[in-house]
Amino acid sequence: MISEAPATQSASTADVYSLTQVGKTYARNQVVALQDVSLTLKQGSFSSVIGSSGCGKSTLLKIMAGLIPPSTGRVELQGEPVTGPRRDIGMMFQQATLFPWRNTLENIVLPIEIRDGRDAAKKAQERAHKLLDVVGLTGFDNVYPNELSGGMAQRASICRMLITEPAVLLLDEPFSALDELSRDMMNMELQRICTEQQATAFLVTHSISEAVILSDDIYVMKPRPGRLAEVVSVDLPRPRTLDMITTPKFGSIVDYIRGMLDKGEAL
Amino acid sequence: MSETKTPATATGEIAADETLEETIWKEKVSLLDRIPRAISMAFVFAVFIGLWHIATSLGLVSPIILPTPAETLKDIIFVGKNLFSGGYMLPALWITILEVIYGFILAVAIGFSLGVLVGETVFGERAIMPYLVAIDTMPKVAFAPLFVAWLGFGIESKVALAAFIATFPIVVGTAAGLHSADENARMLFKTMGATRMQTLLKMKLPMALPQIFTGLKIGAVGVMAGAITGEFLGGGKGFGELIRVAASQLNTPRVFSLILYLSLLGLALYALVTWAQRRVVFWQKSTAAMNND
Ligand SMILES: Nc1ncnc2c1ncn2[C@@H]1O[C@H](COP(=O)(O)OP(=O)(O)OP(=O)(O)O)[C@@H](O)[C@H]1O
Ligand SMILES: [Mg+2]
Repeated sequence: MISEAPATQSASTADVYSLTQVGKTYARNQVVALQDVSLTLKQGSFSSVIGSSGCGKSTLLKIMAGLIPPSTGRVELQGEPVTGPRRDIGMMFQQATLFPWRNTLENIVLPIEIRDGRDAAKKAQERAHKLLDVVGLTGFDNVYPNELSGGMAQRASICRMLITEPAVLLLDEPFSALDELSRDMMNMELQRICTEQQATAFLVTHSISEAVILSDDIYVMKPRPGRLAEVVSVDLPRPRTLDMITTPKFGSIVDYIRGMLDKGEAL
Repeated sequence: MSETKTPATATGEIAADETLEETIWKEKVSLLDRIPRAISMAFVFAVFIGLWHIATSLGLVSPIILPTPAETLKDIIFVGKNLFSGGYMLPALWITILEVIYGFILAVAIGFSLGVLVGETVFGERAIMPYLVAIDTMPKVAFAPLFVAWLGFGIESKVALAAFIATFPIVVGTAAGLHSADENARMLFKTMGATRMQTLLKMKLPMALPQIFTGLKIGAVGVMAGAITGEFLGGGKGFGELIRVAASQLNTPRVFSLILYLSLLGLALYALVTWAQRRVVFWQKSTAAMNND
């Protein structure tokens, strides 16, 4: 049921991401945020990182996104080393970060406007409308962000991430600001979108059940210095449904991870 | 009413055939707080004029120091007539208006450019900001004689002083506004592969607008102060000169009415900036509307 698989498995599908012995020491305060992190993400897979606060999850994500350079090691995306932000990466943060002077539609096509200019953004509006339909925001295209609820704003920011059709989604606690009900709903939506777009997803979360319901692999991190402790494979069938949360199998995986995190804190 | 009913139907029944008890209630507001704004303001104004009238008519204050409200009103009307009929005061007012407009435009241009330089570049922040802070702490009015010496008794020295005073709040507002972009927004633009120019134009500057307008408003007040101070200290033919002459002739009612018209000018500039802010920073209005509720 639970297999402690090494990071590198015999590949049936192509590796999208591969990190080899990535480490990060922040020069400013000499904090060793990451040490010796190696992992590979398969095409179309969904992986999560879980770990206590401050153990380096966001740092890992930023390095993968090419936002900050690693101190040691190597990051490759689709065979090419990551040396800066890349077109094929879509990112989402805890806050929706919509810009109040742009309406929902203009916010969503912003990545296109920046990459390919205003004309391309105009052409992308049709696709933006379709994405709005997908996340249940039909008719909200002309609404400004201060009139959206937190969940609606976060859904709009999903659309903004997807408009460029990225191959990889890097998600840093995207729904942690939402209440549990909308969070569950967003998670199911996220799963559907990922399956539809055949995207590879990498999710940072604090919620064990969120990690289990969404992921194929869960990377458990230990703090000080941040490193991968274990990889837990979740072999619940797909598509996942919210009913699975009450199954004994789900419960035992959650318990297993919780036990591991508690151990980590005792260290 | 009916006695044997399941709870579910009972609740439905109550809403249907009993008239609901009024549960609408109002927050308790003190009597004073319930007076509409216009009436409150008129009340305070009336009290002020009343006290003024009593103080002057009872001879508590010498008429040279403080004229009666009636005398002042008479003079306000006189000055108003003079201005509207194109009398000798109109050119003076026009000169001051020009000083204020030129000074403000200059301050906006210099203040905004310096603000972007200081707020956007590390060099500007390290090498230029300390000097700006140092100059900002100086009593800028003290530079007036210098400007007169450099630029003469004409309009130029007043424009320079007005701009000098108004520039700093605009620099500070712009620079602080550019720094106000949060970490998430910066990272987002980075992941989108935005160039520095795109980040500035599409994210940092729009985000800075509320603070830039705060700087503009402070600048609008400063530019008036600068122009009038310039006229006091550097002569010329502006409104400030009229005030100075009236004061030297102990024509206190005239001083008061001239100050009133000057305030209207200042108010107009301030209102103009506020109007522009409403239009440009339209997304900010929701908070303003909330405050008005
Ligand atoms: N820019 C930075 N400069 C210096 N140290 C940093 C920086 N960012 C993070 N750190 C340090 O690196 C460590 C890991 O931070 P990181 O933000 O990656 O943690 P996290 O796992 O994402 O935590 P959380 O779950 O609270 O978001 C922390 O000890 C933090 O203090
Ligand atoms: Mg984090």
